[in-house]
Amino acid sequence: MTVHVWSKGGVGVDLLIRGARAVDPQHELDQVVDVLVRKGRIAEVGGGLEATGRTRVVEADGKLLLPGFVDLHTHLRTPGREDEEDLTTASAAAAAGGYVAVFGMANTEPVVDSAPVLEGLAQRAAAEATVPTGFFAAVSKDLAGGQLTEMHELAEAGAVGFSDDGVPLATAQLLRRALQYAKVTDRFVAVHAQDDSLMGSGVMHEGAVSAKLGLGGIPAIAESADVARALEVARYEDGRLHLCHVSTELSLEHLARARELGLAVTAEATPHHLTLTDEKVYSLDSNLKMNPPLRPAGDRAALVMALKSGLIDCVATDHAPHAQQEKEVPFEAAPFGTTGLETAFAALHTGLVLSKELSLALLVERMSAAPARIAGIPSPSIASGAPADLCLVDPKERWTVIAADLHSRSTNSAWLGESLRGRVVLTVAAGRVVFERA
Amino acid sequence: MAKRDLLSIDDLNRAEAELILDTAESFLPVLQRDIKKVPTLRGRTIINMFYESSTRTLTSFELAAKRLSADTMNVRAAGSAVDKGESLKDTILTLSAYQPDIIVMRHPQIGAGRLASRYTSASVINAGDGKFQHPSQCLLDLFTMRQALGRSLDGLKVWIVGDILHSRVARSDIAGFQLLGMDVTVAGPPPLIPRGIESLGVKVEYALDRLAEADVIYLLRMQMERMQAGANFIPSLREYASLYGMTLERLRSGQKVMHPGPINRGIEISPEIADHPDTLILEQVEAGLAVRMAILYRTIVGYDERSTDERGAA
Amino acid sequence: MPEADRVVMTGEQLTRTVTRIAHEILEKNTGDDRLAVVGIHTRGAFLARRIHGILREIAGREVPLGELDISFYRDDVAARGAVGVVPTTPNPVVKSTDLSFDVDGATVVLVDDVLFTGRTIRAAIDALFDYGRPARVQLAVLVDRGHRELPIRPDYIGKNLPTARRERIEVHLTEVDGIDQVVLVSPAGEA
Repeated sequence: MTVHVWSKGGVGVDLLIRGARAVDPQHELDQVVDVLVRKGRIAEVGGGLEATGRTRVVEADGKLLLPGFVDLHTHLRTPGREDEEDLTTASAAAAAGGYVAVFGMANTEPVVDSAPVLEGLAQRAAAEATVPTGFFAAVSKDLAGGQLTEMHELAEAGAVGFSDDGVPLATAQLLRRALQYAKVTDRFVAVHAQDDSLMGSGVMHEGAVSAKLGLGGIPAIAESADVARALEVARYEDGRLHLCHVSTELSLEHLARARELGLAVTAEATPHHLTLTDEKVYSLDSNLKMNPPLRPAGDRAALVMALKSGLIDCVATDHAPHAQQEKEVPFEAAPFGTTGLETAFAALHTGLVLSKELSLALLVERMSAAPARIAGIPSPSIASGAPADLCLVDPKERWTVIAADLHSRSTNSAWLGESLRGRVVLTVAAGRVVFERA
Repeated sequence: MAKRDLLSIDDLNRAEAELILDTAESFLPVLQRDIKKVPTLRGRTIINMFYESSTRTLTSFELAAKRLSADTMNVRAAGSAVDKGESLKDTILTLSAYQPDIIVMRHPQIGAGRLASRYTSASVINAGDGKFQHPSQCLLDLFTMRQALGRSLDGLKVWIVGDILHSRVARSDIAGFQLLGMDVTVAGPPPLIPRGIESLGVKVEYALDRLAEADVIYLLRMQMERMQAGANFIPSLREYASLYGMTLERLRSGQKVMHPGPINRGIEISPEIADHPDTLILEQVEAGLAVRMAILYRTIVGYDERSTDERGAA
Repeated sequence: MPEADRVVMTGEQLTRTVTRIAHEILEKNTGDDRLAVVGIHTRGAFLARRIHGILREIAGREVPLGELDISFYRDDVAARGAVGVVPTTPNPVVKSTDLSFDVDGATVVLVDDVLFTGRTIRAAIDALFDYGRPARVQLAVLVDRGHRELPIRPDYIGKNLPTARRERIEVHLTEVDGIDQVVLVSPAGEA
């Protein structure tokens, strides 16, 4: 029962990428090399390679060649809200961000809670997606928190994992049953940890900034209390648990203890939680409204340390497109979420690598090999014989994030107007060129 | 000159705030003579957009505009296109067709004025946005204090008592009182004091034991919504009144008591205090008109005070 | 650009001129028991005070004294134009208006230091009429520098001083400037 990803077919490309600095920590690779791709597979990695026949040559002097990124947490909005994003535009955004595989969450309309829905989506992805796309299935029917979905059938249909993300798991009992049953599926349960009663009608982190602005506050314990509870259940059931978008230092404390106990728990953090703080909300710009909310500097720093140490296994974008008319309203009225696929690497490169909080090699591992491993798909790899899943980055290019330039159908990016350094120039996914900047 | 919004007390520096107060003072004689108008803003259009019901603030702003001879228009949410689901953005764009000079806005959501300002070249004056700010209330509070306690408020101690968490008046007052050099303490039941409020430079008290320290006691209205079942901000109004209600016993001689209104007699304020000579509630209401005239005037004319006589211009 | 200043009225001349104006006011309004003197801020108000003092001294007449701030009546603030357009002249510091006598039926002598376009006087008359209905309004100015843009004419003139538009007349008074004199200021390069 393998995890599936789907995309439009096509002929594998013949490409020679010359002179880039290739960085792939899986192979302890960090040097300037030439990479030859033949029919969509990496044929050779070495020096002084020559192109033959009609192999296209990409001169990549000064650029970084990285294994393509894998996103374990994307909202594709399909089916149901194609006005916000569809599989074509999602692929375009992903490819522009260097992603070679994305996994969509199940909170669509209808919810991905049965094999026929999943199969229908898979067919659409096979017809429309240029970037290999996989899908989570819901834990509960219609995300209602009552009836478990037919998890085995969904796993057979290729679902990567189970999650009610969008909403927290309704009860600890539901989580318990899901973890128990998931054992026959060889899949994990991904949890959006949130105590609804503590969250209340909050719209931003509860702290000095919310005190000043009067916006309803979401206390850190709304996340950490539920994280603690989820880990307790996972421990008791020896289940495979994945924590979505961890954002607080308090949650990290619980996670560290779980690791010490040897629990099969993985965790992700988003680019926005790793680089932005709640002070951004002073602008009252609803693009800075997310759930979990942006946290203060202390939490951000702890999250970065955790990403560095591996306590947080990987980066996941939680790409959440929203229609313009829904976001262009007062902060309290706007839905939660920011897009993230196209800006993820640039934001993390600018915010963490250039500031020396994290090395490039570690960032690459956390954006590529780690999420691939959790998802259960082969890791993108810069090695002879591997399928070409690559992204080429200009590390020096400065660019300002402008709505008109973004490839997602939605423009609600937390980075609008920000100046970033590092930009994807070419993406090859499953052996085909899926993005190229002129 | 770029347009000047007044969305929050933080939009003003100390000199500008004092200028508004001084300007308000010069409007007082106008309000006392027979012809209570000046022609200063003749030909200007001021639109009042009130998405939340309000009697005193709306009439105060409307009268202020009329006293300055401006043309005014009131737009209420109920019964308008807004009721039919027209977005704030579209409503502002539609009104902009009338080329208003100023839009005075009251809205139940934080930041509505800031959003509106993006879609109009009119200056936006915030008459209250959700729980965030109510700058004109703060300015009239400062004006009232100056009239009662003298021009310099530096070093005076003020206690703001009540539901700070849900109060835009409190947030504006904290910023405004500090701007003019006052020492601010917030007091109330713990669930109603925002976590992290100390970062605003205020002291926090959960009881009124040290209330005698204050020169001014500013009472906030206890809103009935806090009493909804399950909200649990306070267990009962009776307990609130007993712990935090302002009474004669708690008043020491020389202290002034203020309240933005409307008051709940017997809850946050006893009837004796409501009618006490040292309570400045009526003065606050009277101040409102002059202060709002000053705000409208300064928004159009600017805050640049350059001394001149009419040598060149006469 | 450096400017050239020329004293066109000395302190002594100024004092004599103000005294002469006071006498003329008395002469023209003999027997009028509703005479009042109102100065226009800033220096007009001090001149009015001096005139008031002289009237008391020479004629034993205690005539009501008032002062007017015309900031709220200026025509350039209310001017229609693009929203947010700044007034072309800097905002005057708003001072107070004090007219604590009964304006209805009074003979009001407005006093200002310099008469130029006439717009300030127009604003002052508007302000005055918001306080009541005077029987008549007369105008006393220390200096008339010409360039009228409105049909305003003074009843009492200290000195006629034809000027070029770009020149300035500055009246200095001891109460404000520490010295009594009138200065003609020309931009540099001109006489």
